[in-house]
Amino acid sequence: MDFSFSEEQTLLRNTIQSFIQDNYDFDKRQAIVKSEEGMKQENWKQFAELGLLGLPFSEEDGGLNFGSVETMIVAEEFGKGLVVEPYIQTVVTCGGFLRRANASIKEKYIPGVISGQDIWAFAYAEPQGRYNLNDLTTTATLDGDNYIINGYKSVVSGGPWANKFIVSVRTSGDQRDSDGVSVLIVDKNSEGLSIRDYPTVDGSRASELTLENVTISKDELIGEEGKGAELIELIVDETIAAICSEAIGAMKVLNDATVEYCKTRKQFGQPIGKFQVLQHRMVDMFMQYEQSVSMTYMVNLKLDEEYAERRKAASGAKVQIAKAAKFIGQSAVQLHGGMGMTDELNVGHYFKRLSMIENSYGNIDHHLKKYSSAE
Amino acid sequence: MDLAFTKEDENFRQEVKDFIDKNFPQKLKDIDKRTDLTREDMLSWHKVLYKKGWIAPQWPEEYGGTGWNITQRYIWDQECANMGTTPLIPFGLTMLGPVIIGFGNEDQKDWVLKGILSGNDWWCQGYSESGAGSDLASLRTKAEKVGDHYVVNGHKTWTTLAQFADWMFCLVRTKSDGKPQEGISFLLIDMKAEGIDVKPIITLDGGHEVNEVFLEDVKVPAENLVGEENMGWTIAKFLLGNERTGIAGVARSKKAIERLKDIASSEYMDGDNLINDSDFNSKIADLEVDLTALEYTELRTLAKESKGEGPGAESSILKIKGTEIQQRITELTMEAVGHYSNPYLTPAFERQGSNYLTIGPDYSHGVAQNYFNTRKTSIYGGSNEIQKNIIAKMVLGL
Repeated sequence: MDFSFSEEQTLLRNTIQSFIQDNYDFDKRQAIVKSEEGMKQENWKQFAELGLLGLPFSEEDGGLNFGSVETMIVAEEFGKGLVVEPYIQTVVTCGGFLRRANASIKEKYIPGVISGQDIWAFAYAEPQGRYNLNDLTTTATLDGDNYIINGYKSVVSGGPWANKFIVSVRTSGDQRDSDGVSVLIVDKNSEGLSIRDYPTVDGSRASELTLENVTISKDELIGEEGKGAELIELIVDETIAAICSEAIGAMKVLNDATVEYCKTRKQFGQPIGKFQVLQHRMVDMFMQYEQSVSMTYMVNLKLDEEYAERRKAASGAKVQIAKAAKFIGQSAVQLHGGMGMTDELNVGHYFKRLSMIENSYGNIDHHLKKYSSAE
Repeated sequence: MDLAFTKEDENFRQEVKDFIDKNFPQKLKDIDKRTDLTREDMLSWHKVLYKKGWIAPQWPEEYGGTGWNITQRYIWDQECANMGTTPLIPFGLTMLGPVIIGFGNEDQKDWVLKGILSGNDWWCQGYSESGAGSDLASLRTKAEKVGDHYVVNGHKTWTTLAQFADWMFCLVRTKSDGKPQEGISFLLIDMKAEGIDVKPIITLDGGHEVNEVFLEDVKVPAENLVGEENMGWTIAKFLLGNERTGIAGVARSKKAIERLKDIASSEYMDGDNLINDSDFNSKIADLEVDLTALEYTELRTLAKESKGEGPGAESSILKIKGTEIQQRITELTMEAVGHYSNPYLTPAFERQGSNYLTIGPDYSHGVAQNYFNTRKTSIYGGSNEIQKNIIAKMVLGL
């Protein structure tokens, strides 16, 4: 057993840290968030130059062939900087689908991801579906050599920046069956696809997608028709592992900021950090963070295990991270007092991002149920 | 001991309901709660109640109160919340009014109370400073007596709705030696006076409620001192005690739980409504039990108050529990709307086109912002940590 990082991994971490230092201090981040586009293309180019966009792809596909630990390192450091560019959406989630697709899809799309030319988003959620990945009313029917897609996808994270979407659809079966779920690639310029973009409360952007007789070639199918549910669940678990990594980065910043603030902020003639009640709260924050780091390492190391093992790891990690995100986020604001409530200080922005992570890809109740029924 | 309502109580309830139904301004009903209300909008309901003579139920009758007993006041609060009336601005009615009644001179009782009742004077609270939050007594804004007026210099912060205020009741330092509590005075300051500068503070939800107020050589007539010089701390504590009682917000929390249940009845999970999920449902039940306990704790406090026993340190219980419940309601509401807590639909954004309004169900709009904003409640009015210190010291004698 070994929890240490290799030299190469440490180097990767240092690279991201210096990127954040140079390009992503809080003021710069806020300027990006408030810009019309909401992300910075130059940063995306840098990700490509640093090789980050090719991280999980095989060397054969032009990537670096790195594993989940490297992805964890990148996501964690991005979490510290509250990076909004859709790295997880494009590389981890959509990249996860692409690298498991057939040779022609790989050849067609992976180079565009690695070079930074294409940005991808995963359109899976539907208004009635909540966190059930198989609860789909968006349908695709085969018509000759084409699929015709009809339906609606909600809150597609990173949607406004994407030029390609991966869409989960129902090709057969009843609304919540696991059989009959398929995964399709849809280009943003497809006829019949209408998109409404909007900002999200955590400084990112998302879209609503309406698909009306969107017609795509049947070659744009990933995996086997009707057998997409397992693949989606696997990739969502990988995404969860990356989001947990992002979360521990954000938690670390909040904990450090809070301890520092309590050491310097004076009330009643002494630093407020001298009050035991606040000390204990900060100790609880620290313990929640450590427990979250442990679960994040664990899930990132277990993504290749057999189903039940992986299911428990991913749901367990998501539960721990959600609890910690809430506790640390709320406590950091509370201990910063009025300052924690301001738009001006970074603390509120970390709190908002962590609050969205809490419920993303399933909230605590959802994952407790998944955990307890995993077998 | 008796929990039942009498026939008279029920008649009163009907009268209240009819009145609200007929007189609550139509414009406020239609206004989307998320868009910023104008000063005029905020005062429109106030003016209706003033005309009716129902604006200050918590004041003694001789000063313009309604003379209602605690049951009637309870019914009033309940019906206002049920019917979704816009909350009244508390700075004059709840905070300053009782102070003037208790500590003001005849002249102040006349002009200050009249202005509060009519709504002509909008008050704000000049308490916190950047170095004086929980430790309020360490405040440094200084007032020096020069002839027949004070000259005030300093800086106040977290001043809620100061952008609309005509007047500020302000804690100032008039003596710097001795215990810090002993050198504080309570001044009424005209916000139009020269040397006052109000700067907005934007909160994490994107709203503008609070402000910084800078005071530079502001001249305040000596007759605007409330009570005696250096007795401001006693007044400040009296005011905070009153603020805490109002802060429980039981009736509005009840209404918010009803809304939460409605949302959970519209949301789906695995083909069934979220309200039928036992995990979610038991969280709502848990909240309701806590709220019921708070409701009866508040009623016991009010009953004591009506016998002339002023709100003691027990009011800190109302503040802590009330704000914790409000926060949990916003948390659960955010949880209930699922993915649709993410969109950040500002009024400016929505003006871009009406089709943007259709993002997610209406009830999901502003739910996350409300959750973020409500974190303030455990910080303001004396943080919940401070309230626990008060109970430890004043009630438990620790």
